[in-house]
Amino acid sequence: MGDVVLMQGNEACVEGALAAGMRLYAGYPITPSTEIAELCALRLPQEGGKFIQMEDEIASIACAIGASVAGVKAMTATSGPGFSLKQENLGYAVLAEIPLVVVDVQRMGPSTGMPTSPSQGDMMMARWGTHGDHPVIALCPSSVKEAFDLTVRAFNLSEKFRTPVLLMMDEIIGHLREGMSVPDPEEIAIIDRPTVKYPDPKRLPYHMKKGQLVPEMAPFGMGQRYNITGLIHDESGFPTNSVEESEKMINRLMHKISDNYNYIKDIVTTNLDDADTAIFCYGGTARAVQSAVEMAREKGYKVGIFRPRTVWPFPENELLKAASKLKRIIVAEHNYGQMVLEVERVVKDNCKIDFVGKWNGSVITPAEILAKIEEA
Amino acid sequence: MNRQELRLAGSGGQGVILATVILAEAAILSGKHTAQSQAYGPEARGGSCKAETLISDTPIGFTKVQNPTFLMALTQSSFDQYGPEVDESCLVMIDSSLTVPEGFKAKNVVSLPILETARNKVGRLQTANIVAVGAINSLVGITDDETITKAVLMHVPKGTEELNMKALVEGKNLAEQWSKENKK
Repeated sequence: MGDVVLMQGNEACVEGALAAGMRLYAGYPITPSTEIAELCALRLPQEGGKFIQMEDEIASIACAIGASVAGVKAMTATSGPGFSLKQENLGYAVLAEIPLVVVDVQRMGPSTGMPTSPSQGDMMMARWGTHGDHPVIALCPSSVKEAFDLTVRAFNLSEKFRTPVLLMMDEIIGHLREGMSVPDPEEIAIIDRPTVKYPDPKRLPYHMKKGQLVPEMAPFGMGQRYNITGLIHDESGFPTNSVEESEKMINRLMHKISDNYNYIKDIVTTNLDDADTAIFCYGGTARAVQSAVEMAREKGYKVGIFRPRTVWPFPENELLKAASKLKRIIVAEHNYGQMVLEVERVVKDNCKIDFVGKWNGSVITPAEILAKIEEA
Repeated sequence: MNRQELRLAGSGGQGVILATVILAEAAILSGKHTAQSQAYGPEARGGSCKAETLISDTPIGFTKVQNPTFLMALTQSSFDQYGPEVDESCLVMIDSSLTVPEGFKAKNVVSLPILETARNKVGRLQTANIVAVGAINSLVGITDDETITKAVLMHVPKGTEELNMKALVEGKNLAEQWSKENKK
């Protein structure tokens, strides 16, 4: 570990991406994610990479997909309005199995909303924004250090499973400056995509051995010509209308994530051992929760925290297991109620579920969460 | 536990955010925990701007200032907006061009010619935020001279170092003079 330095969440995201091997950033600046683009413009040329400011958000993700197809680790970052625009190509990357990291530093919406105000209103768009049945991996950092670490992890997961990974930041963490120590390069585990060693023009680009869930990738321009499409395709990469092939493909896309759930999941629990109440939170909201729980503990309330850092796939079994020992779960999030729907779906009648939300551009305070705890 | 909650307010473009970043940097260089954040509107210049730095000996949960131990205001409108929120123990530093409303709660109000010093003594109004940093560090006692100097130099544009050093010293002098006159 290096010395503790003052860093902004957005900056830590860029440094994490560089450490993970990002060598292309394509973006269209938008508050509160703009510092990511600014720092990429400065840092990527220093690391032998490329920064491209595209004409809009759609072109940005398209450019990042193209770079990734050519074998370069790529990222794009945006906020709500841009995240809406990226949804179509996000689905393309899911189906064509292109590794990619998309950062959404959430701000208040809908539409252009309040550009400088915090929100977590894109959580369901992260899950269902692009059409069709598809798996999603989405991560939420709660500190500047986690913005670094989870960006590294986003790249690693995206490479390992050949799928886009969403880093769902929020204005609270994106614009927060605090101390963090940057790990030394040898302390950071880097995963690269499964790659074809000797490109062979005769090889089927999506060919897999029995039981294999992620096909090896041949970087474009390295000796193997093949077709990439957003249409359902077979092992040849060309479109198919086969009932069998399409079912096989969707099943595999789902299973490559769900069969590896234990590898992808990432949950931080605090003070749950003796707790009768847990606060379910993620991202920047966790900071207010942390302070609220400290205050509540001092008053004698047995409260803990259940905080997924991997929010999608949703930690169903872990939450249900925790809920079986709890009387109450309070969901705190900066929206009108999104992840609380998932909590309700999973927990059902196993314990009482309460909600603390915010949708006016201001931040949920520890006092507001404490008041809900005391409501009992 | 020693915890300081600093809130700086002004008009967009006055460098209020940068001032809080420098104070946060000084805290980090002094081995303390810090959280710096800001609230502003969509406009880049003009409009009211509020920026905050929390400094603590222990790790920081909630990252926003809730009960300021220190408030600075460089414009009347930002003072009118954020002044009423502080309690009587809060140390308040305002530019001497501002007026304190009747019945103002905080007991310690330090009125210093920040803007005038930047414009006339340092020679450039844009250095007002660094004059303020010098004064704040002296009044609040965040770190030593060497560390605050280092923190300023880490964040000001190349070519402006000398000017900003002058601003920092002038700010410190303003605060020290005020302390001398008011302690007796």
